[in-house]
Amino acid sequence: MEQKTKIIADDGKQELVITREFDLPLELLFKAYAEPKIVEEWMGTKVLKLECKKHGSWQFETTDPKGNKYGFNGVIHEFIPNRKIIRTFEMDNTPFGVQLEFYEFEKLTDDTSKLNMHVIYESVAQRDGVLQLPFAKGINMAHDRIQDIVSKLK
Amino acid sequence: MNLRRDVFQAIADPTRRAILLLVASQAMSAGAIAANFDTARPTVSKHLQILTECELLEQEQNGREIFYHFNPNKMKEVADFIEPFRKMWDDRFNKIEAIMKKYKSK
Repeated sequence: MEQKTKIIADDGKQELVITREFDLPLELLFKAYAEPKIVEEWMGTKVLKLECKKHGSWQFETTDPKGNKYGFNGVIHEFIPNRKIIRTFEMDNTPFGVQLEFYEFEKLTDDTSKLNMHVIYESVAQRDGVLQLPFAKGINMAHDRIQDIVSKLK
Repeated sequence: MNLRRDVFQAIADPTRRAILLLVASQAMSAGAIAANFDTARPTVSKHLQILTECELLEQEQNGREIFYHFNPNKMKEVADFIEPFRKMWDDRFNKIEAIMKKYKSK
């Protein structure tokens, strides 16, 4: 079966590639990444700041059911509407480090489009850590685990 | 933590992947495996040791020789490993698709 979302994570590399074909026109797909209100909707997060321009920065915050807040932030290195976003991504107060993300948006047909995400980590160990991180039980469990890790660091 | 015993470290090495491919088709002795590589015999032995430690290979005594078997169950762990991560992204992208379709109809 052909999978819509594909992950390429070669052994021993500090990067991964995520690709996805969407049943959406290119402009709509791009909008999902550019408009704060829409980002809030699909990410389930609060957008504190999203400056969609070169040298802009962004800041998101999620709140778990217990009321704990988790911050994410980064800077935007390149922002070309309907084509490309280059940005950094970092989770506040975690040992996971900063990652560099290249988003490429591609038109397939009038009604379909493709997202190519290339993510580069500081080290192989860090990438592998992110891959193992939450995913069996979902992102909320991840938050619990992150909290455990962080509280151990204190 | 002993990284050598980590299955992902084990398959990160090209020689070890070649060994796995060889042994996947039939159980082989260390000597027969080593004969397929230019690498020195002790180096191949070291690779076999690592693959055995992380359970990608299993040893079986056959007369005076030890034969190495491929363990497909352990390999499946490797394939399954990325699946939850892929699933998480798939769910997230599905959500984008659903939400944006709503905007489309407006």
